[in-house]
Amino acid sequence: MTDLDFARSQMALSLAFHIVFAAVGIGMPLLMAVAEALYLRSREPVYLDLARRWASGTAILFAVGAVSGTVLSFELGLLWPGFMQYAGGIIGLPFSLEGFAFFTEAIFLGIYLYGWDRIPAVLHWLAGIVVAASGVLSAVFVVMVNAWMNAPTGFEVVDGRLTNVDPIAAMLNPASPGQVIHMLLAAFAATGFVVAGVHAFFLLRDRASAFHRHALGIALGVGALATPLQIASGDVLARMVAQRQPAKLAAMEAHYHTRAAAPLTIGGIPDDAAMTTRYGLHIPWALSLLAWHDPSAPVRGLDSIPRDEWPNTRIVHWAFDLMVGAGVAMLAVAGWAGWLWRRWRRVPDERWLLRALVIVGPLGLVAIEAGWVVTEVGRQPWIIYGVMRTAESVTPMPGLAVPFTTFTAIYLFLSVVLVYLLRRQFIETDPRAVRRARGPLDVSRDD
Amino acid sequence: MLVAVVLYALSGGADYGGGMWDLLASGPRALRQRAAIEHAIGPIWEANHVWLVLVIVVFFTAFPPGFAATMTALHIPMTAVLIGIVLRGSAFVFRRYDARDDAVHRRWSALFGAASFFTPFALGLCLGALASSEIRVIDGRLSSGFFAGWTRPFAVACGLFALGLFAFLAATYLTVDTESEPDLQDDFRTRALTAGVSLAPIAAITFVLARNGAPTIFAKLTSWWAPVLVGVTSVCAIGALVGLWSRRFRWARAAAVGQVACILVGWGLAQYPYLVIPDLTLTNAATVPSTLTALQSALAVGAAVLFPAFGYLFYVFKRRPASLPPSD
Repeated sequence: MTDLDFARSQMALSLAFHIVFAAVGIGMPLLMAVAEALYLRSREPVYLDLARRWASGTAILFAVGAVSGTVLSFELGLLWPGFMQYAGGIIGLPFSLEGFAFFTEAIFLGIYLYGWDRIPAVLHWLAGIVVAASGVLSAVFVVMVNAWMNAPTGFEVVDGRLTNVDPIAAMLNPASPGQVIHMLLAAFAATGFVVAGVHAFFLLRDRASAFHRHALGIALGVGALATPLQIASGDVLARMVAQRQPAKLAAMEAHYHTRAAAPLTIGGIPDDAAMTTRYGLHIPWALSLLAWHDPSAPVRGLDSIPRDEWPNTRIVHWAFDLMVGAGVAMLAVAGWAGWLWRRWRRVPDERWLLRALVIVGPLGLVAIEAGWVVTEVGRQPWIIYGVMRTAESVTPMPGLAVPFTTFTAIYLFLSVVLVYLLRRQFIETDPRAVRRARGPLDVSRDD
Repeated sequence: MLVAVVLYALSGGADYGGGMWDLLASGPRALRQRAAIEHAIGPIWEANHVWLVLVIVVFFTAFPPGFAATMTALHIPMTAVLIGIVLRGSAFVFRRYDARDDAVHRRWSALFGAASFFTPFALGLCLGALASSEIRVIDGRLSSGFFAGWTRPFAVACGLFALGLFAFLAATYLTVDTESEPDLQDDFRTRALTAGVSLAPIAAITFVLARNGAPTIFAKLTSWWAPVLVGVTSVCAIGALVGLWSRRFRWARAAAVGQVACILVGWGLAQYPYLVIPDLTLTNAATVPSTLTALQSALAVGAAVLFPAFGYLFYVFKRRPASLPPSD
């Protein structure tokens, strides 16, 4: 591996690690604010208990998210000084705004976590709302930066020098709306499902638990509502990619030859040398239909792209299929749950549905990881699409294998500890939560 | 140019805040008082972290070439800072939520403490290197390699100085935070005094080394404002020590804050107008005016939102003296 490969791997690892906490950090505050709102309305202690438990979980995840986010802000400079030097002035603004949004989130999360019995209940709930809103804003700003890397606008290059830089236009680039909405819905869907999965697991063990039943209701509600919207937003985004980044779309679909009425390829092994995808499932007209909403429309294949500007077809195609597959599985379970919910008029707790939720639970996070692989690897070899290659922006520093190894070890270590910690939180929650939900509420102690 | 100065003041201010918090969090070298420290840091530690992120993003938005050069030339110590931050931050959270049996607790504390030593030291190295005139950027390319500046005695002295300063400030803070527990307060008083007194020789050594190690800064320290600032700093330093000695801890805290502020302002003035001495200045490393203007409005709006919110956080938590149980 070259230094560039190490730099890319280190960045990918850091992003993959961070995105989980970022996504859950967007979704969890919504869940806890909903739980607290229900408590304020119904005064049922189980909702308060839920809001508190979720807030504790949020605190751990937010803290790790903050640390891993700090790492990323350093790594932008440590690994990609060329990119930062070129793009910092154009697209640094949303990063700064994100800094503020993140700051706001941290402050109000502090108020929320430590303010349970110190400030009035409604103010406390409002603090939760601010946490949720600023989490969303952070995501909006950061995704805008990524959207700009896909659709760079808001500047001109004259004789190799940047002129007419308009940071607002850069933020509002054509890829921004689609990508931002897709990411936000992804965060809500994934968080909803992963939390629903955890509580479904405990509900399977203890069917009488009011705590887990109410938790499942809120989480499943958020996840099941977000999932169909997410798939719709994915369709909009895919059409945007078809127009602006034909190479990425072709790699996503392992589509080698430009043609009209293009078939959709699912799975299979893309072979760049032979320009064909073996063993895939081919559905006639479907790609033209999906990309242009017209079964006979021509779709550009990789053959229309210079060979040295191809992304890695296999990774992009497989990641794309993985993302879509996960989304479809979530949609199916969401539909099933919604149907039962309507029929029974209460939170569905059918045994098989709970089992399905446990299995599907993590798929939202899988889809997020896969989706980021699609958009990032699909943009290669460019770091700024059509403007700057990734290889041009990497640091001249030699020996990048050393930081890569170090950070890989640290992340592995952190992941292990975190899984262990969260697991313990949940397991310890279980009997105590049931007891608390029934007995008088204990407000004297909080983490 | 004016814009750049304003920006500098703002990011410098944030820097100062970041430093303050960091040092607060670097307290756990005081081995016995963990509970008190944890209590003091708990509610606000997330926010401390964010100062740093804010400094970084404002830095790279306003001065992209400066950021690129700094991060390339100081790749090694910056990576060290980063590792320190990751370990410190995660050790602190994990300890909070995992504080059940003593062995585990001790291990997290050891990691937290070690990283808390390591991080400010590495940061000091970086600042020392920026002032050293050894990092050269010619035609937009870094020409001085990856070891320039930060491996010099001056940078090492800066690192030690940062360490001592943070230790002193953290201990001084904690004397106020532990008002309800006199024996703990005594411990922190001793620590603050020790750190404060040992700071003097380190400061002297740093100053002497600056003559060769950071000639530009050293020359600046002889201009008209320098004696004033050094005077104020000394008054603050002595005031803090006297306050600690005579158990006027709130006075001591105010004086220590003043002292750190003066040192940072002095460093800023001495470094001005350079970002990376001698090739990058605030002007030639600044980004395009349109972005600077937008960033400025963003900073103004952000400050208008954040300061009241931060104030509210403090108001809520510092209003009542500590009555929570010391540990989970």
